[in-house]
Amino acid sequence: MPKSWFLRFGLLIGLLFLYLPILLLIVLSFNDNRSISVWSEFSFRWYGELMQDDQLLSAAWLSVRVAFISASCAVVLGTLAGMMLARFGAFKGRALFSGMVSAPLVMPEVILGLALLLLFVSLEQLTGWPEGRGMLTIVLAHITFTMSFVTVVVQSRLVSMDASLEEAAMDLGARPAKVFFVITLPLIAPAIVSGWLLAFTLSLDDLVITSFVSGPGSTTLPQVVFSSVRLGLSPKINALATIVVAIVATGIIAAGFYNARQERLRKRDEQMAQQG
Amino acid sequence: MAELIQSEMRHTGFLGLLQRVGLSGRALVMAIPYGWLLLFFLIPFLIVLKIALAESQMAIPPFTPLLETVEELKYQITVTFYNFHYMVTDDLYIIAYLNSLKIAFVSTICCLVLGYPVAYAIAKADPKWRAPLLMLVILPFWTSFLIRVYAWIGILSNNGVLNNFLMWLGIIDQPLQILYTPMATYIGITYSYLPFMILPLYSTLERMDNTLLEAAADLGCPPWKAFLTITLPLSIPGMIAGSLLVFIPATGEFVIPELLGGPDTLMIGRTLWTEFFNNRDWPLASAVAVALLLFLVVPIMLFQNVQGKQGGHP
Amino acid sequence: MATAQPSRTQTKLEPWRDPNEKPYVRIEKVTKKFGDFTAVDDVSLSIYRGEFFSLLGGSGSGKTTLLRMLAGFERPTEGKIFIDGVDMSNVPPYERPVNMMFQSYALFPHMSVEKNIAFGLHQDKVPKAEIKERVAEVLNLVQLSQFGHRKPHQLSGGQRQRVALARALVKRPKLLLLDEPLGALDKKLREQTQFELVNIQEKVGITFVIVTHDQEEAMTMSSRIAVMNRGYIAQIGTPTEIYEYPNSRFTAEFIGSVNMLHGRIVESEPDHSLIRSDEADCDLYVSHPGHAAPGTECWVAVRPEKIAITKEPPAGDNGRNQAVGTVKEIAYLGDVSIYEIELTTGKRVRVTAPMVTRRTEMPITWEDRVYLSWRPFAGSVLTS
Repeated sequence: MPKSWFLRFGLLIGLLFLYLPILLLIVLSFNDNRSISVWSEFSFRWYGELMQDDQLLSAAWLSVRVAFISASCAVVLGTLAGMMLARFGAFKGRALFSGMVSAPLVMPEVILGLALLLLFVSLEQLTGWPEGRGMLTIVLAHITFTMSFVTVVVQSRLVSMDASLEEAAMDLGARPAKVFFVITLPLIAPAIVSGWLLAFTLSLDDLVITSFVSGPGSTTLPQVVFSSVRLGLSPKINALATIVVAIVATGIIAAGFYNARQERLRKRDEQMAQQG
Repeated sequence: MAELIQSEMRHTGFLGLLQRVGLSGRALVMAIPYGWLLLFFLIPFLIVLKIALAESQMAIPPFTPLLETVEELKYQITVTFYNFHYMVTDDLYIIAYLNSLKIAFVSTICCLVLGYPVAYAIAKADPKWRAPLLMLVILPFWTSFLIRVYAWIGILSNNGVLNNFLMWLGIIDQPLQILYTPMATYIGITYSYLPFMILPLYSTLERMDNTLLEAAADLGCPPWKAFLTITLPLSIPGMIAGSLLVFIPATGEFVIPELLGGPDTLMIGRTLWTEFFNNRDWPLASAVAVALLLFLVVPIMLFQNVQGKQGGHP
Repeated sequence: MATAQPSRTQTKLEPWRDPNEKPYVRIEKVTKKFGDFTAVDDVSLSIYRGEFFSLLGGSGSGKTTLLRMLAGFERPTEGKIFIDGVDMSNVPPYERPVNMMFQSYALFPHMSVEKNIAFGLHQDKVPKAEIKERVAEVLNLVQLSQFGHRKPHQLSGGQRQRVALARALVKRPKLLLLDEPLGALDKKLREQTQFELVNIQEKVGITFVIVTHDQEEAMTMSSRIAVMNRGYIAQIGTPTEIYEYPNSRFTAEFIGSVNMLHGRIVESEPDHSLIRSDEADCDLYVSHPGHAAPGTECWVAVRPEKIAITKEPPAGDNGRNQAVGTVKEIAYLGDVSIYEIELTTGKRVRVTAPMVTRRTEMPITWEDRVYLSWRPFAGSVLTS
């Protein structure tokens, strides 16, 4: 913990600001009463109702499938793009490419959503593909905006990695493709995993772009949540929020423990190395 | 692939067999992401521009084609600046633009003021505490954005937590109307984008050489002065990166003003949404998008510059 | 090649003196440009089979770029490289009979020591049994037999260095390239490893080309040294040649420390040169063949350890190779002492004198008037 009281206070305020709203949702999700100001009794009532909401459940299932496919494709594209930016040097059109990669990181979603919808409409007019809007167009849109995030993660990992590892493999007789699969890929695997998780989360969470490119019959979870919270508080959404937070927190804490364990092993190995 | 590490391989005269194999492999690797981004990122923007210059009509899709075959092999380009003209003459759009910039700017400042101490505290914390603290900052980012914004409805509404708390303290006796005002939008944006400010700030502050401060102290500079004259100027790159990460998307924000802002909080992202979904005026929505993009060109270029420096050329 | 003799000087490995000997590696007029920057500038040199050849230079001298061109990571902008008579222009790194030991060692962190070493053999589809045998053999050579199962991060710096060497050696390349192989080791380990590296090279008989910025390292290990400066080769020669007969001010000053006395050539004969030096305020007699015409501006390089320092005027030789000055600085290093003498002309000259006795009979101290003298063979005449 930082020593200065001022810093501790600043940290506390910042963290409270970040966490109080989430804590509030968790508490409310167990309140039997619909009102936020009245606590009646502890119950799982809203969780039960959540589990019976077919519309919400099918939207959630669609969201998970979309996120899984999008993240998996985005990881492939993002890894290639990261390789290009970190390893290909000054290729022709590099400036345009790195611009196209980093713009979606900050581009307002309404613009991206609108642009992609207009693309899909024009493409359909010209070629008949993609036929209407639905899961396919949502996936295409999600791949496009999440691959930028994967690229950034993979690229920064590659930049911090010693490029002479790849040179050494080639020097020892491995062809470029083999170097990539045997040396580069295993070494950037952690970045690819975090890139995938990031892409999955972003896709699962996206409302605005999805709203533009989805069609009738393909409603994702955020769209359902949005239409219900637009009208105000909804206890079912509190329960959903609690479940989401529980899943994320479990995942992150597990990752934290895993990292701590790796760190302990590394320290042990270092000691071993010193002893010879 | 690692063969391609060499950036200066573009000389003529070494087109040996293997080099050709290498080059074609390289070209293939490049073609996939490059082609994808051209098709799904660059071309869509050109289409937006095109449609912004078309007229709206009652049809599917609801705009006039820009390129029409008048006779065989003869194209006529129909361009109309009607949409842009309309935007300039109707106060609604100008107010929405200015309001968006104002809200984004104020929220960015709030993020900076709130985020700096947090980033600084984490950077100064004992190394074993840094990772868990950082994780605490990142964790909300992994949970649903929509749900986190929604949580504020429960806090800010008239019978919400904040009003009840203030009334319990006796500070107020009437609930304050915060929800569905611009104030709520400021709070929502600051809250949602705070991690984006903290992370780049932290990484700049953490990388800073601690001996600089020791040197300053050694030369007789008190800590607060060392902070102002050394730490603060050196953390400017982090502040710029963080501010851009907050400001640019916040300008086009839709969800937060829609859920928290009430009908009077005009923001351009919301206007675009309304034109598109409610009025089904695609050309006008496109024109709004083009104009928004023009507003953001400078900050986006600035961001790419910062991003490029961090990404690092070999 | 694998002689049992421990010292390089006794092996008489001097193929470059034999006009009939064919060079093993031929670098022909190689230039490498990065944009506007010329990293390697029209370099030609020949390396012979079994040599321990050093590329010596400061940072930005082009030595690493030259090495990387031998490995195939960079392509020459102009010129050609031949290894064992084969033009390497279109041979990619993974097909060259060359292996490299990287400065960072570049050990694959996700593979054990054995896997690291076997990696190159696997690429060549060497049978499994043979791989096992050769890995064991090379691990034995670098004395790491019991560390085969460890991962690189479980090794000390010196052990990692030896794994990197073993990995490069195991493929029995025609040429082994070493980029600052001892750069990451601490001083003591470095000195010890220098000799180890020479012994291993003699055992395996592979031609070594090493890049280093450390002149001591190059002097200790090399059969020949190419001194590089700003992309060109300043001088090629054996360590002795480079040290005793530098051909330019750059080489003389880069290797060891040296006194440069400015002057003009008076006589230039096949057996000697005579230089009138304004800085030393005396005539300098150098017993090497003169190359430049009388009247040419030149510098005479004299190493500090070749200058005798006395309190009495030395005898004879018409005052040639003699100077008078005052002691300004003394540094006692234990084995030797360094004196800095200010000559009557104001020029400062450095002299090192071995501390033969514990208490010198004539202790030289600050502000003493002293006489400096050296033998005719001590100096070198440099015109560039």
